[in-house]
Amino acid sequence: MKYLPLLLLALVWEAVVQLGLVSRDLLPSLTDVARAGWKLLREGELWQNGAASLYRGGAGLAAAIVVGAALGIAMAWWRAVDAFMGPLVEALYPMPKSALIPVTVLWLGFGDGSKILLIFLGCMLPVTLGAYNGTRSCEQALVWSARSLGAGRLRVLWDVVLPAALPEIANGVRTALALTFVLLVSSELIVARAGLGYLIGFLGEGGVYDAMFAVVLVVAFLGFFADRLYQRLVGRLLAWRA
Amino acid sequence: MARLILRVAPWLSVLAVALAWELFARSGAVTPFMLPKLTTVLARIWADAGSGDLAHNLGLTLYRALAGFAVAALAGIGLGFAVAYNRAARWLFDPLISVGFPMPKIAFLPIITLWLGFHDVSKISMVVFDAIFPVVTATLAATLAVERELLWSARNLGASERELLHEVVFPAALPQIMTGLQVALPIALIVCIVAEMKLGGVGLGGAMITASRFADSPGVFAGIVEIAIAGYVLVRLMARVRARLLAWHPETAAPASV
Repeated sequence: MKYLPLLLLALVWEAVVQLGLVSRDLLPSLTDVARAGWKLLREGELWQNGAASLYRGGAGLAAAIVVGAALGIAMAWWRAVDAFMGPLVEALYPMPKSALIPVTVLWLGFGDGSKILLIFLGCMLPVTLGAYNGTRSCEQALVWSARSLGAGRLRVLWDVVLPAALPEIANGVRTALALTFVLLVSSELIVARAGLGYLIGFLGEGGVYDAMFAVVLVVAFLGFFADRLYQRLVGRLLAWRA
Repeated sequence: MARLILRVAPWLSVLAVALAWELFARSGAVTPFMLPKLTTVLARIWADAGSGDLAHNLGLTLYRALAGFAVAALAGIGLGFAVAYNRAARWLFDPLISVGFPMPKIAFLPIITLWLGFHDVSKISMVVFDAIFPVVTATLAATLAVERELLWSARNLGASERELLHEVVFPAALPQIMTGLQVALPIALIVCIVAEMKLGGVGLGGAMITASRFADSPGVFAGIVEIAIAGYVLVRLMARVRARLLAWHPETAAPASV
């Protein structure tokens, strides 16, 4: 019910095209778009390119989460790491990561490697910042209690600090997830030979606009559903905190 | 003295990175193609500045990004107020905003290009489409959070609805709106650059992708340095504007950070 306006928008779209108010060359009808999307799905093009994108996004994001969280926790836990890495993180954080697209291409070429590296570099710092803030905000009383009960420093880190830092890390990962989609689509649109972003550009240059609209909608809604799914998942996983 | 150190400290890390870059590039561990020397890149920027290429590209990119940002700011604030106060607007736009916010908007670039062509209008429209979301959501949240006591007092003193919006709601919501604008500005710059990379033509993004196609690695790295500096300056200017506009607000009086 809440999403009724979306349905309305879809109906308006279909109506203006059917009534001939806009040219079909500029806006294919929604039914044509759906048909073209179904065809791409059946012929496997959507799966092949989707798999390529999923692999790049998944690998880059996974690496960013592991390295980013480890770095953030280390910065919060060991003062020397903070002194060395802190200013660097601060200087690099506002740097727009999409600007690195041509550089990753220079380094690793047109294939998977350049996209994975780009997503890794772009998504790491939000996770680092989340892990850093989360670790620092862990209550000292919890740490002292665990220490007095005989836990070693690493034990405390694993059993007390990490769980306490999880919500902030989860927030950082949410930002990283959204960035993954943006960086993936941007880099595939600009330089790639496979992937959903590539498919959009390829279909557009070939003038197959109904199919292009279909892939654009697929990518946009994938981004939307990934975010919703992630929030559900985190809510479930962190239910013990509430 | 302590203040001086605090002012200089962030620059030291930048200096350290610059030095590490230069030394690493000179060490021979990587080819000059993979990582040109920083001095080579700076010389390149200097040459581009001398020939006027830099001013031309930078000017175009800033023009597109800031034009898009300005439209996104005005339309976003207006839309935010409308959604906050108008039932019909809220019914229509609330779901669209919540669905559109997490979407990778850049995927729509080829559609915008199909409609508006390859020139400035396309790029600016892409910037508006991407940068408007943080402004709308910030304005909406800020407006809904204005204390009711303020509204009641103003109404009691005889303020009209129009005066209420101008004199009470807008100032009260301004800090959060400014935060939305501060999020939107870097987005505007980077979306503009990505659009230039895809659509080609002049501008920092276009120049970078051309350099990349011609395997001109100093050109690519020059672009990165220029974009990083442009982004940094824009972000700092925006913080200045915030401090100026919110000079009356308690947040400005408090020390920025400890």
